[in-house]
Amino acid sequence: MSAEQLMMFTLVLPLLGGVGVLLTGRSPNLREAVTLLTAGVTAILVLMIAGRFLAGETFIYSLGEPVAGIAIAFRIEASGMIFALVAGLLWIVTSIYAIGYMRGHNEKNQTRFYTAFAIAISCALGIAFSANLFTLFLFYELLTLSTYPLVAHSGTAEAKRGGRVYLGLLLGTSIGLLLLAILITWLAAGTVEFQDGGVLAGKFDPAWAGLLYALFLFGIGKAALMPFHRWLPAAMVAPTPVSALLHAVAVVKAGVFTLFKVTSQIFGSAYILSNDVTGVLVWAAALTILLASLVAMTKDNLKARLAYSTVSQLSYIAMGAMLASKTALIGASMHIAMHAFSKITLFFAAGAIFVATHKKLVSELDGLGRAMPITFGAFFIGTLSIIGLPPFGGLWSKWYLASGAVETGQMLLLGVLMISTLLNIVYLLPIPIRAFFAKPAEGVHYGEVREAPKTILLAMLITSSACIALFFYPDSLYRLATMAAGGF
Amino acid sequence: MDFIIGHYNYWVVIFLMMAGFYTIISRGNLVKKIVGLNIFQVSVFMLYITMSTVHGGAAPIISEGVENYSNPLPHVLILTAIVVGVATTSLGLALVVRIKEAYGTIEEDEIHELDHSL
Amino acid sequence: MMQGHTSLLLVVLPLIFAPITAVLPRGRLTWLATMAVTSICAVLAGMQLMMVIDGGVISYELGGWAPPWGIEYRIDSLNAFMALIVAIIAAVTLPYALLSVEKEIPERQVPLFYSAFLLCFTGLLGITQTGDIFNLFVFLEISSLSSYALISLGRRRQALTSAYQYLIMGTIGATFFLIGVGLIYSETGTLNMMDLAARLPGVADLRTTQTGFAFIMIGFALKLALFPLHLWLPNAYAYAPSVITVFLAATATKVALYVMLRVLYTIFPEGVVAATPTGDLFILSGMFGIISASVYAVYQANVKRLLAYSSVAQIGYMALGIGLGSATSVMASIVHLFNHALMKGALFMAVGALIYRIGSSRVENIRGLGRQMPWTFGAIIIGGLSLIGVPGTAGFISKWYLVLAALEQQIWLVVAVILAGSLIAVVYVGKVIEALYYKPPVEDNISVKEAPMLLLLPTWALVLANVYFGLDTGLSVGMAEHAVETLGIIAK
Repeated sequence: MSAEQLMMFTLVLPLLGGVGVLLTGRSPNLREAVTLLTAGVTAILVLMIAGRFLAGETFIYSLGEPVAGIAIAFRIEASGMIFALVAGLLWIVTSIYAIGYMRGHNEKNQTRFYTAFAIAISCALGIAFSANLFTLFLFYELLTLSTYPLVAHSGTAEAKRGGRVYLGLLLGTSIGLLLLAILITWLAAGTVEFQDGGVLAGKFDPAWAGLLYALFLFGIGKAALMPFHRWLPAAMVAPTPVSALLHAVAVVKAGVFTLFKVTSQIFGSAYILSNDVTGVLVWAAALTILLASLVAMTKDNLKARLAYSTVSQLSYIAMGAMLASKTALIGASMHIAMHAFSKITLFFAAGAIFVATHKKLVSELDGLGRAMPITFGAFFIGTLSIIGLPPFGGLWSKWYLASGAVETGQMLLLGVLMISTLLNIVYLLPIPIRAFFAKPAEGVHYGEVREAPKTILLAMLITSSACIALFFYPDSLYRLATMAAGGF
Repeated sequence: MDFIIGHYNYWVVIFLMMAGFYTIISRGNLVKKIVGLNIFQVSVFMLYITMSTVHGGAAPIISEGVENYSNPLPHVLILTAIVVGVATTSLGLALVVRIKEAYGTIEEDEIHELDHSL
Repeated sequence: MMQGHTSLLLVVLPLIFAPITAVLPRGRLTWLATMAVTSICAVLAGMQLMMVIDGGVISYELGGWAPPWGIEYRIDSLNAFMALIVAIIAAVTLPYALLSVEKEIPERQVPLFYSAFLLCFTGLLGITQTGDIFNLFVFLEISSLSSYALISLGRRRQALTSAYQYLIMGTIGATFFLIGVGLIYSETGTLNMMDLAARLPGVADLRTTQTGFAFIMIGFALKLALFPLHLWLPNAYAYAPSVITVFLAATATKVALYVMLRVLYTIFPEGVVAATPTGDLFILSGMFGIISASVYAVYQANVKRLLAYSSVAQIGYMALGIGLGSATSVMASIVHLFNHALMKGALFMAVGALIYRIGSSRVENIRGLGRQMPWTFGAIIIGGLSLIGVPGTAGFISKWYLVLAALEQQIWLVVAVILAGSLIAVVYVGKVIEALYYKPPVEDNISVKEAPMLLLLPTWALVLANVYFGLDTGLSVGMAEHAVETLGIIAK
């Protein structure tokens, strides 16, 4: 296949899979086979693209020009490749997991679930491969819309309320602020194309650049920067596979990825650094990191705690992007992948606990570790990777983020990172430790509790070993990250 | 004073127009509204017709020894407009008949009440 | 000469067939005749547009009387485009009409219904074709009178009162227009639009001319349902038969907007427009219209009424485009005119399909129907997304250009209002979708099935057009640019 065909086929494949799921909806086995097959092929295709991309091939394709001068076009570059790899590879893992979860939990409307899921992946890949802001915006909105049925999946009053917050905040910020920012960019620069070094330099008055950047920063609601983070905890009413893949990986990473692209390829890091565009705004990210960690500590609901942890971790990436130095950008793009693998492991574990015991609260988990050693082992690995300890992948991205803060002389931000690490330890580490070593509450016996279904365990094993593998073999990722940061 | 007398046709037109307009707005009876609408339209017809007169002009029929004719075009236009007006009136009245059948009244406030007491 | 005949035929063909349809025997023959006429007109309008693009302005002298004495049909790219919109919408509506009309209109009235429909169609096409301003008034009244009659055919008795209300308002509007025409005729002595355009600059400073201008504007603002003169519209759209709501929502207000553009940019010289606060009034009315009508839409309990209020809001967007007065903004206005015809056509058709099945479009009655009527539901979703202006749909394109135009002039308040309008649209579209999908179905509707194919196909034709024109804007934006050039609007 030629490069273009390969890229377009990868984009369309999940959609075809979605149609296949719809057609085979009557027979669950066939339906899930279709899902697995599509997800598997997608993963292979993404890997193939990555291989050929690293070998120096270019992937460019234009679909047409809906607005004069602005095309729906795709072009793969390094940061997009990272995001596509993360979304593409984790989809198959999540599918394996989802089958166990949805069956173990007897969820209704599973056909709709798998269809919407496939469409969402297609949108995420579309975002990753976008060649300009316009195309990115198109898939950004489609991603919001296609994940709405997943959030409101259970149809209960709580799910509908969550869905409303989700849709309201994401559409509100994107139409109200992001679209405006894109239009201003288009008006000022005459293009919304992603270009290395940015398009705004010399065309946009630096005095207003901070304001424009703020429009982007808060307009990209998916990056969950406070005060527009409420949708993420609200989205936790969704089934766990959704929370795991979409609200720890695809959707939120789409947000920070967009922010990363805007920083490196619309503004350009030279423009940002020389005009001090983000000097004040970077504190919005720093505040989010700290506040979200503090909120996470108060949450007893496990998924809510993980959600706030995600909000906090996303701002690491936003902060890295806003520091805009090369090391910080490397750290930011690596963190997209590292956090994805760690957080999805945590969510998988949370789902496994829920399927096996129907427990949602952190305070109910004491002593459960002995009954579910694999689940809590995976949870433990995920936790350590989030904290950033060796030998887990999370170390590398945190290392580069911290170096980036030092490099730009932002010692206070380095302090923020350190405090946040401590807070991570405080709100995450006790969970597996108490599960293993604390005594169960009185009158509770876990003699009959068994591990979750095998597919769930398999998925957790894959992601947690990936956390370790990424520590020992970060080379490819590092190469992509340095390319994304505008070097080599 | 000249201004007032010289433009007497306009005063008539404006008076009729306002009278018609006021009737449409203030009357609750649907037939009276249509009467008002007619007065309103007629005032415009008069505006056109009086406008077409040329000082010392004769009726626009070609005849010996007449040099100065009034402008015939507005008459033609207004003939068309009158036809339109008649059609509007008849349609309006037909609607009123149907409303009477459906509601048993042609008073606007009573109709309003009937619709909202459902 | 062949060119001119095409333009004339567009008006004459439906006019001739209107009485013929009325006397045809009952049954489906009347529908077939109407269907044939509208399809032929759509083809003719397409040919006419091609001819204008290839060969420039078409001028046809009715009865061989040379303008300015005789009536002239003068077709440039703007009205050729308008005629195409009207004809295409009619041609798409007709297949839909067959079943919907059989359901909603008593059998003995069906031939008369199609007859009135053709008259309305004649009137709207005539307005787009003619180059004579008094002739325009006559066509306006033809279309208005027939639409009053058509609206009154709605199933509920409120249809009668809303038709009556529309008749009063519409006649006042038309009469205002007539006064305005009279006043400028008294100053220029001509009724031909091109002739007026040549003579008006000489008398632009006179108060009579300006008064005439104001009367014409107010008159058509009433027909256009421009805020705050929109009060007739929600009732008329809500109670009219489904087919008529589709047709009028997609064409009637659009044609009124066309006349506004024509009057502002072809007939009157820059001077009159600049001497009056026209632009500012359009902007004000547009902004208030967008916000207030959108908020009203949120609180409607009847989906048709909700969409009608949304129409008023959308007209506000078009008014903004005119008010900003730059090449980009007027183009945005024309693009939105086209796109809005597509989205409201699709939405009202889908709602019509609901009415076809359950006989009501109230929010509490349509609960849960989304599962039983998935195709209708899909149409409402995509149409709704287009209404909101989600990228990938036609609605996005028009909003993109409109915001761009406001940004060019750095009028931030307008930018904010346009975006806020989109956000409120999320709320009211969401309300409909939530009712259709997430609410438990009403007892009586458990056995309701998907709407018949004949209703779904036209609906989906328009739905797909919404997506197509969101991705390929060659026709919509291309034609709008062409039209703006013809109108001679300079970039600000």
